[in-house]
Amino acid sequence: MVALRPAPDDVWGWLDLVPDPEIPVISVVDLGIVRDVGWDGDTLVVALTPTYSGCPATAIISLEIEAALRARGVEDIRLETRIAPPWTTDWLSEKGRARLEEFGIAPPETAGGPKRCPRCGGADLERISQFGSTPCKAQWRCRDCLEPFDYFKCI
Amino acid sequence: MEGAALFQFLLRMGDNTLILGHRVSEWCGHAPVLEEDIALANTALDLIGQTQMWLGLAAEVEGQGRSADDLAFLRDVWDFRNLLLVEQPNGDFGQTILRQFLFDAWHVEMLRRLTDSSDARIAAIAAKALKEARYHVERSGDTVIGLGDGTDESHARMQAALDRLWPYLGEMFHGDGVDEAMEKAAIAPAAEALRAPVSERIEAVLDKATLSIPETRHARSGGKSGVRHSEHLGHLLTQMQWLQRAYPGATW
Repeated sequence: MVALRPAPDDVWGWLDLVPDPEIPVISVVDLGIVRDVGWDGDTLVVALTPTYSGCPATAIISLEIEAALRARGVEDIRLETRIAPPWTTDWLSEKGRARLEEFGIAPPETAGGPKRCPRCGGADLERISQFGSTPCKAQWRCRDCLEPFDYFKCI
Repeated sequence: MEGAALFQFLLRMGDNTLILGHRVSEWCGHAPVLEEDIALANTALDLIGQTQMWLGLAAEVEGQGRSADDLAFLRDVWDFRNLLLVEQPNGDFGQTILRQFLFDAWHVEMLRRLTDSSDARIAAIAAKALKEARYHVERSGDTVIGLGDGTDESHARMQAALDRLWPYLGEMFHGDGVDEAMEKAAIAPAAEALRAPVSERIEAVLDKATLSIPETRHARSGGKSGVRHSEHLGHLLTQMQWLQRAYPGATW
């Protein structure tokens, strides 16, 4: 009997349906943490690069990826943690950036702060705190609409 | 010999982040304002995450079948290799932030050098941790300046914190046999080599914070060698290791 080995492109497509547990509007592929998908014999190997060293979502993400692959009939799975090169927000997909903003989280900017308020589009912004509700976010406020919002930190 | 020295070096890196991470996590739910509470908890989380990488590699290098968790939870005071600075009690918020800044200033410089380590595993961990440490030092430095150059009350507290913590700074720059072995193998920089760049960063921030560097030449040491920890570490471990002490071998 020949083992069924789905093409890596199909696997990428399946993983793109796995939501990030903390920010479910983007997928783990959008987040840029899935670095590689390939076969090692009959074992499907998925390489993952964690966002922040201590991010509690990392373990959940591994579980969800494994569950999603099993649901597609892949039994033999190996998840590898790859820390080099380190994760960067440059790896966020364009789709992911757009969805973040739609959701109310300003996407990362190399300038070090959000470009505009994700709610009203205002550009008069101030930082409330360098940190936020998850390791990957900071808290900002819009002086136009006075609403606070999350900003996805640029690293 | 080099394997033993490498193990010690990795314990130093991992114990620094573990003990400071635990200390900072003690603020969770107690910080003066919500934003600071979140910032402290996030900083602690980064440090604990880095600990998993350092102690994980230490355990691998040791080759005795121990895990990062074993090293964190099943060692006693005399086996820890962290700087005395990071085990010092939190004190008030100012003292916590100043301790963080002094550590961050050293940490970013150390990690930056380690990204060129001859050991690729160490270079990879350092590159990952450096991104987080740079973020930490930006915040701790800004906060030291804000509080030092703040009200009379905040200035006085920051000066008192600096007077208290200053004697713990020197230990970072005192090299020993472990450091020499690491430098010889091009794994890590000499401890002394960090003194100038770290001091420069610290002095620039303290100057803006209008704080005066204490006159004392007195320097405490004994943490990174494990020879003489302060009494505070033992109390910290009773909290951090409570579960494994009460229920040996418990797992999730």
